[in-house]
Amino acid sequence: MGDHHHGPAKGLSRWLFTTNHKDIGTMYLWFSFAMFILGGAFAMIIRAELFQPGLQLVEPAFFNQMTTMHGLVMVFGAIMPSFVGLANWLIPMMIGAPDMALPRMNNWSFWILPPTFLLLASTLFMEGGAPAAGWTFYAPLSTTYAAPSVTYFIFCVHVLGLSSIMGSINIIATVMNMRAPGMTYMKMPLFVWTWLITAFLLVAVMPVLAGAVTMMLMDVHFGTSFFSAAGGGDPVLFQHVFWFFGHPEVYIIILPAFGVVSQIIPAFSRKPLFGYDSMVYATASIAFLSFIVWAHHMFTVGMPVAGELFFMYATMLIAVPTGVKVFNWVTTMWRGSLSFETPMLFSIGFLVLFTIGGFTGLMLSIAPADFQYHDSYFVVAHFHYVMVAGAVFSMSAAVYFWLPKWCGRMYNETMGKTHFWISFIGFNLAFFPQHFVGLAGMPRRIPDYALQFADFNMMSSIGAFIYGLSQILFLYNVIATIVAGKRVSEPKVWDGAEGLEWTIPTPAPYHTFEVPPAVK
Amino acid sequence: MTSQTSAGYEKYYVPEKSPLAICATIGLILSIFGAASIMNDMTFGEPGQATSSWTIFYLGLMFFVGTLFVWFRTTIRENIAGMNSAQLKKSYVLGMFWFIFSEVMFFFCFFGALFYVRVLVGPWLAGEGEGGRMNGLLWEGFSFSWPLVQTPQEAVGGAGAQLIANNGSFTGAETSMAFRDAHAWWAWLPLWNTIVLLSSSFTCHLAHVGILNGNRKKFNFWLAVTVLLGIIFLCLQALEYYEAYAEFGLTLNAGIYGSTFFMLTGFHGFHVAMGMTMLLIQLLRSVLGGQFTAKDHFGFEASSWYWHFVDVVWVFLFLFVYIL
Repeated sequence: MGDHHHGPAKGLSRWLFTTNHKDIGTMYLWFSFAMFILGGAFAMIIRAELFQPGLQLVEPAFFNQMTTMHGLVMVFGAIMPSFVGLANWLIPMMIGAPDMALPRMNNWSFWILPPTFLLLASTLFMEGGAPAAGWTFYAPLSTTYAAPSVTYFIFCVHVLGLSSIMGSINIIATVMNMRAPGMTYMKMPLFVWTWLITAFLLVAVMPVLAGAVTMMLMDVHFGTSFFSAAGGGDPVLFQHVFWFFGHPEVYIIILPAFGVVSQIIPAFSRKPLFGYDSMVYATASIAFLSFIVWAHHMFTVGMPVAGELFFMYATMLIAVPTGVKVFNWVTTMWRGSLSFETPMLFSIGFLVLFTIGGFTGLMLSIAPADFQYHDSYFVVAHFHYVMVAGAVFSMSAAVYFWLPKWCGRMYNETMGKTHFWISFIGFNLAFFPQHFVGLAGMPRRIPDYALQFADFNMMSSIGAFIYGLSQILFLYNVIATIVAGKRVSEPKVWDGAEGLEWTIPTPAPYHTFEVPPAVK
Repeated sequence: MTSQTSAGYEKYYVPEKSPLAICATIGLILSIFGAASIMNDMTFGEPGQATSSWTIFYLGLMFFVGTLFVWFRTTIRENIAGMNSAQLKKSYVLGMFWFIFSEVMFFFCFFGALFYVRVLVGPWLAGEGEGGRMNGLLWEGFSFSWPLVQTPQEAVGGAGAQLIANNGSFTGAETSMAFRDAHAWWAWLPLWNTIVLLSSSFTCHLAHVGILNGNRKKFNFWLAVTVLLGIIFLCLQALEYYEAYAEFGLTLNAGIYGSTFFMLTGFHGFHVAMGMTMLLIQLLRSVLGGQFTAKDHFGFEASSWYWHFVDVVWVFLFLFVYIL
């Protein structure tokens, strides 16, 4: 054990062998951006095929692989690791801890990801192609009718779960055990709170996903009949198990985004967050409700009416804590002295568009109406409003907000704002028309469509290309900032920002808070 | 080397950079790649074709287990060297607690599947309730009882006669694992398994009491007894599986009863094997290395929590898989 006051090691071994939460956070962030580009490339193929009716570019079987891989890579490779990266960078700095609680395991959680996604992507080149049953991989599409590559996919999910569980245990241990003296739970920044609850959700549901894919594995290779009615099982069992994981999973994705926005909006409103306590309770309520609403994804599968009603009402309840959050953010801005730097623009974009996604979610929660919406482009529009305009917008906001603290250089504001506006326009052009074609009956996951959907689909594709291209600008801006951005050195980069991370020097030193600060 | 800074503050030990994570990753990825390839060779491959799947799997597994060995050895040495502050020790406690919680959720998944099948799917397939139309359309003649010994496929006259796509042949067991003969109760293996495992939890507690009192002899003795009981349990379980396959016709292909039975007992048995190995390692640490003191024995304590956890899972298994 050496001296802790030195800087990082030189060369590749710094990254391979590191135990430093900032290094690991950086790796998570870069990895997730690479996956964002990969998943984005799949999306571009999908939108290119849907640019016109008819089959132009790809075979239907390959189209199915693209929708599947796009979803898997974006959910498990881009969004989740990006927020874990933020957690690694920020939680120790926000609670006054010297590092994460279990630093070596932290590195392992990260390093599992790149080879696993390499293996997952390699299934595209295997005989029979990549998994093609959608990112929800319902049985029997993913069992009886799956290509052999599904076996590799199943094991990938197992180790991704392992990585998530270890990462989450680390976050829970850090938050519960490493807070500086005086940093009581109800003084923690909201980002830390949302991650504590997210980590709990992850530890609770990733094992259930592991169970689901294990049953798949047994059905495919060992002759069991979990998902086969001929043996007394039920394909619908798969959907129940999957969504028992899957619904908490969508909150796993969005809760850290709530946390990010709850840090940024007060900073640029120059006011404390309105209703801090209610934000904490709302987050906890959403997490609790996420366990009892899963079957609203499967209203049309054939459930007893009592089940449909229960899951419908339980789902509607979620609107209450979510509404609390939205109103709190709006009220935080009320009579604040607002300024609209890029992080704030992305946060307001988040607020508006996420609320639209929330409302379409409310529409989908109505069981009888869902019989019309189910598996249509309306659903696609709904979840891209919450996943992209929700999670990805808040992630962009987070990068612009904390990048100056991380690297001691300020990004180019004009370029940042341009990135926002192009993203905003591209995103809405891509996904708003999908509400219309969905309501008019265009099914999702089909490479061809009826002629009356042609115009809206062309708009959608153009919007998607614009949104995709705007991310290149984002990448350029970030690299340009790191390499040659204007230097900033004051600890508090943003005059309205509050929290321990703004009390340490800029750029953040390699080791921070080796002696915990006293929190009043 | 506990470095004291100001005002009684103990420095949190952040380890130097370490290759352990990378090595563990390499081992893990090779293992899963090998395991998946083995299964694909088995199901989709040409019979008799030579592949390197097993080699990759073994190499990966050896590398993985070796890395874990070095990793645990490192943490143990750090602890003995006094590098761990009280705060770091609490991190380990939290880590183990939440790990066990994740294991609870893993079993929750399979128990959930069992309840869903028993309470809802079975009756629906047999024509009851709102899902019951399927019975007349697809599975005419199927009636449901648990343990399920006649699969829907058999009820309609075999795989060839069923109306939906054929995805395997499911022949129900001749005899289930349920309690059969009150006169020969002593021949019912699950009962003995329960007795063995419950007593092992008790002996594990006695070992804990031993180390808490600083009585190493008592600790070693009761821990050895616990490990032995764990091994006996695993042997009985193996015997039960043999009996199931050889005498009862209860196999993985025996429909949903066999599926849930082997899934639940199989994963439980695997966890017993893991817990037994963990306890065995603690025993060797104590006997060969003289490690653990009355105040510092978390390696043992964590393993014992794990042991009590697999014991509790067994109680639920005994109730819902064997008795009810």
